[in-house]
Amino acid sequence: MTAVPHLVIKDLHAKIEDKEILKGLSLEIKGGEIHAIMGPNGTGKSTLASTLMGHPKYEVTSGSVTLNGEDVLEMAVDERARAGLFLAMQYPSEISGVTNSDFLRSAINARRGEGNEISLMKFIREMDKKMATLEMDESFAHRYLNEGFSGGEKKRNEILQMMMLEPSICILDEIDSGLDIDALKIVANGVNEMRSADRGFLVITHYQRLLNYVKPDFVHVMMQGRIVKSGGSELAERLEAEGYDWVKEELGIVDETVNASV
Amino acid sequence: MMSVETQLRFDREAISQFSKANQEPEWFLQKRLTALDSFAELALPKLEKTKIDNWNIDQFQPFQQEQELSTADQLDEVVKAEIDLTAAKSLLVQKNASIVYRSIPEELAKQGVIFADLATALREHGDLVQKYWMQAVAFDEHKLTALHAAVVNGGVFVYVPKNVELEAPLQAVFEVAGDASLLCPHVLIVAEANSKVAYVDTFVSAEGQSLVSNSIVEVFVGNGASVQVASVRSLSTEVHDYAFRRAIVERDGKMEWILGEINDGNTVANNTTILKGVASQTETKTVSVGTGAQRQNLTSQVQHIGTYTESNMVSKAVMTGEAVTILNGITKIEKGAEKSDGEQAENILMLSEKARGDANPILLIDEDDVKAGHAASVGRVSEESIYYLMSRGISRQEAERLIILGFLEPVVAEIPIEEVQNRLRQALERKLG
Repeated sequence: MTAVPHLVIKDLHAKIEDKEILKGLSLEIKGGEIHAIMGPNGTGKSTLASTLMGHPKYEVTSGSVTLNGEDVLEMAVDERARAGLFLAMQYPSEISGVTNSDFLRSAINARRGEGNEISLMKFIREMDKKMATLEMDESFAHRYLNEGFSGGEKKRNEILQMMMLEPSICILDEIDSGLDIDALKIVANGVNEMRSADRGFLVITHYQRLLNYVKPDFVHVMMQGRIVKSGGSELAERLEAEGYDWVKEELGIVDETVNASV
Repeated sequence: MMSVETQLRFDREAISQFSKANQEPEWFLQKRLTALDSFAELALPKLEKTKIDNWNIDQFQPFQQEQELSTADQLDEVVKAEIDLTAAKSLLVQKNASIVYRSIPEELAKQGVIFADLATALREHGDLVQKYWMQAVAFDEHKLTALHAAVVNGGVFVYVPKNVELEAPLQAVFEVAGDASLLCPHVLIVAEANSKVAYVDTFVSAEGQSLVSNSIVEVFVGNGASVQVASVRSLSTEVHDYAFRRAIVERDGKMEWILGEINDGNTVANNTTILKGVASQTETKTVSVGTGAQRQNLTSQVQHIGTYTESNMVSKAVMTGEAVTILNGITKIEKGAEKSDGEQAENILMLSEKARGDANPILLIDEDDVKAGHAASVGRVSEESIYYLMSRGISRQEAERLIILGFLEPVVAEIPIEEVQNRLRQALERKLG
């Protein structure tokens, strides 16, 4: 059993091309915790997710990210994944000619390492079970990765990957966007099934809706590329009811986006 | 332009001897000799952006004899890799100018199906062969077809009677080996009305320098018949390969081509389907990989003549090294082919700065009441896709491998014999390794 995971983000600054988007973001996530990041459009939420995973377009200019004391920013994208980070993406790529199951088996084996590959039988059993939880048709195992999937199918497929890879820190980037209420419940069900003391979650969302089904321990509001307010799940409920204006007022923020000159 | 006269290593006498040794009918020998005369007169085919004047056209020993083998175990390793010895039922293996192995189940003959090497077919079903011989590809189209007709040194004849549907695919393996050897098979497939057949061949080479492969495939698809031809070529850099394939499709007939052009050497291939009958259809799927300094000119062509005809062509190429591939897609819709629909797409994945891949979609439309479309793309492996796979723990190298093979896979997966699929995948990995 590995130690309880601990992700520490300290004063993180990141830019895309020459535009700074993350402007000093700090956050700590431990195993067993679910953190939700909420905020209006254009405040840097998805950038945070992509930067943590190591998307090549984003450049970290200062600050640090560590997972169990290891420097995440020094790691290549695949090393971050093998260290335990997982990002369920808002817009996952479509990869023609690579079946969902071949891809997942490659990913699992990449993590397990040579000589310790998962047996085909066990893999199929696990995949069948998890696809059943997510109410995915069996045919999705043999379809090419995300190719021709609807928005909702792609989201379920992201969660399927998360369930199969069993990461220690799960980042969900607007997993609820484009999902109807039934699909949302199924996805939430998958996430809840994975809640455990040795796994932490960072759930990025526009809306409170998802948080009705995935109860967060901590809720953070992001504006101008950093966290401006934190609280418990009651904060999400208030944001849903009253919007973000009261937060802006309270903090004296006029333009909440990352474009604001600070 | 100065041209160097080179001496041929064969003459009328050599051709006549080979013809006699195989007990070919007289008409066939006459066709050979007429074609030899035309060969001397005719020009090389005009190819888009590819000059083949300096390629090896005719410098070979055309009739290299090989020992017939009693068991499949004795086949060369390059051939054995292409077949499942436990499952291959209908199989012909040709090496240079000899059929070295044959396995022809009796059930075929009981159904009236002919699956024979060309020499046997000429002896036993001469009239039937004569009816179709070079009726789709004319012997005097250009220098290469004439040369083929003169020195054809093997091949396969497939005849499927009316209403007979064959479940298992017929398979042939063609091997060329040894310095200056020639592989010149002619594949003739006749599918009568409402019949169904799948034929798979692979072209392989063993050791040797300055080899030539010059092959022709002719397919006659009868009313309501369905024919699938899959061909995978993985000849070495030492082989110059010329392939001309053509199908004529009658009313409600269906012709499907699946082509793996993964030679290491210079290649000219033209694949043409003539949709003659009303509501006839064709699909052509091609994968190719350019490596090293090879030159390839690959043309997929469809001619719509009948009304309500449908065609779809998909060509995918991966380019590495300093290779040059010209991918031509030609959709021709003749006047009167109303309500026809012709679609084509060429997609090229560039893996090297020095390689060149040209996609040339051409629509030639002489009828107003039709649908036609084309899509061409030349691109690189998407960084976004690599990032996505890496974000699941897969290394960059493995991610690239998955994406490149995945780009070709939808075509590979269509081949009806698993061994040939697997060999093609291995060959692709080797070529891209």
